[in-house]
Amino acid sequence: MSTPLAIAPATVELDAVVKQFGAHRALDGISLQLEPGEFVALLGPSGCGKTTALRALAGLEAVDGGSIRIDGNDVSGLPTNKRDIGMVFQAYSLFPHLTVLENVEFGLRMRKVAAAERRVRAQEALDLVGLGERGERFAHQLSGGQQQRVALARALVTRPRVLLLDEPLSALDAKVRVQLREQIRRIQTELGITTLFVTHDQEEALAVADRVAVMREGRIEQIGTPEELYVTPATPFVADFVGLSNRVPGTLTAGTITAAGTTFALLGAPQPDGPVLAYVRPEDVVLATTETATGLAATVVASSFLGSLRRTSVRLDDGTLLSVQHEVALQPAPGDVVRIAFRGTPVSATPVG
Amino acid sequence: MSRRVGSEVHLGLAPSRVTRWAILIVVAAVFAIPLLSLLVFSFSAGLGGGYTLDHWTGLFDPENARPYRTLFQAIGNSFLLAVVTVAIVLVLLLPTMLLVHMSFPRLRRVLEFICIIPITVPAIVLVVGLAPVYSIVVQVLGGSIWTLAFAYGILVLPYAYRAIQANLDGVPVVTLSEAARSLGASWPVVLWRVLLPNLRRGVLAAAFITVAVVLGEFTIASLLNRRNLQTALLQISTSDGYVAAILSLLSLAFAFVLLLIIGRLGSVGNRSTP
Repeated sequence: MSTPLAIAPATVELDAVVKQFGAHRALDGISLQLEPGEFVALLGPSGCGKTTALRALAGLEAVDGGSIRIDGNDVSGLPTNKRDIGMVFQAYSLFPHLTVLENVEFGLRMRKVAAAERRVRAQEALDLVGLGERGERFAHQLSGGQQQRVALARALVTRPRVLLLDEPLSALDAKVRVQLREQIRRIQTELGITTLFVTHDQEEALAVADRVAVMREGRIEQIGTPEELYVTPATPFVADFVGLSNRVPGTLTAGTITAAGTTFALLGAPQPDGPVLAYVRPEDVVLATTETATGLAATVVASSFLGSLRRTSVRLDDGTLLSVQHEVALQPAPGDVVRIAFRGTPVSATPVG
Repeated sequence: MSRRVGSEVHLGLAPSRVTRWAILIVVAAVFAIPLLSLLVFSFSAGLGGGYTLDHWTGLFDPENARPYRTLFQAIGNSFLLAVVTVAIVLVLLLPTMLLVHMSFPRLRRVLEFICIIPITVPAIVLVVGLAPVYSIVVQVLGGSIWTLAFAYGILVLPYAYRAIQANLDGVPVVTLSEAARSLGASWPVVLWRVLLPNLRRGVLAAAFITVAVVLGEFTIASLLNRRNLQTALLQISTSDGYVAAILSLLSLAFAFVLLLIIGRLGSVGNRSTP
């Protein structure tokens, strides 16, 4: 299917980019490459520099070092309006004095597109986000989700080389957020536009991105597919930040961790022997309520029903709290004594002391 | 803005309905009686009694053009001053405020403080400071009336600042300009197509209140020996009380209309701030 918004996807390269705010180093030499048509999420806690990285790419922050290239051309010296990007902001950013259609036309007007063509293309972009009927409305007559969809149409209508999404969903209700992120991913795939998506919500990043870059204190900790990040986190920070992890005390000896009577292989870079905290996923812990079951004895603290599964907190005899994920058929009550076992999947770990 | 009825705290100290009306009527009378007297006076036919339209028609009679020439010149001066002062506000104050708001938010308090100062300085003190300055201004730019607009530009700062700042606070200026920039707009285009339309109310209010202040200013013009509407009125009132009364009323009416417009700007046309 040929789409009127067909875009020639670009490569994007950030190479050792540095950004300093006074004494604070917001970007500490980050390097990142986006392949044409790729959807990459920048994930991290607030203040980790992810938004600064995106704004540096947009030209909204001048960088103090490194280079930024779009399709091989260094754009570090170009002002924002010359970078040919489309951007959706966290805050609602529709121009309040213009109608929805005029908002979408804005970028085309800047590019001196004739009025008739402008109207047609803006209408197509609005149809793409499912708001073709709302062209005559003003921003304040739309819901938050609709405003962000118009902002997406406005960003895409100029057929930019790169789409930048700066936490576009964080102001929205949980349900709208999930719908809109799926719509964004569908449109992105359809248009094949290279996209950088900034979020602090790991579930969101894992759900939509081809690759996720986890950031911490101005650096990229790990970049990989959602599966890689989840299954083989390179650092304890990634293990902790992406998905849920239990911290189980254990001992590391020659690349093998012994914790709670189970041995685990160590993920990531080799570490010196000694006491460690192992990061174990809730789904890698097995819970049994039958009296004949083997494993460590534990007492149920709380149990919550999450729809398709149940998550139960238990306390081991040594005081360690564990979160366990299991099927809903098992319904342990607080105070019950249960048996716990580990699947022994490889884990990442951080030294103690 | 003043819809606080629901949350009003009743301390049992509120005056009774009758007292409230009495206060209102007394205050209204204090303002209205001199103005009404002025209006009646402008129609009076002299000591003999009776009323006439002669004073009003005489003002616009071409035959009287000569004696009133300086007066009409003064009116022209006042309007010229109003226009130049508004221009100073729009060209200097507005861009400064935008720049501080968007790029130097830390300077906001400083700017606010500077802009409020003129309201705390009595006009006479201002003149004492301005007199030597104007002796140089006259040397450089000549003694024409419009140079007084520099002093007026300072005088209107508190009002113009408030009017613009109130609007600025309600508009996400930074986000809107970043969005416009990302869509390919240059800075002048951002200013013209995005910021000004959204700051329309504040800018218009600042302009109107500037005009109102300039048309009411007497002290500085008089002490610096400039002829504007107010100084000319005082001068002519010694020879022709009727004309002074009529023009006072007209300028009051004009300022009143301006203030009405400012008030309406605040309540209607707020499609930009739902």
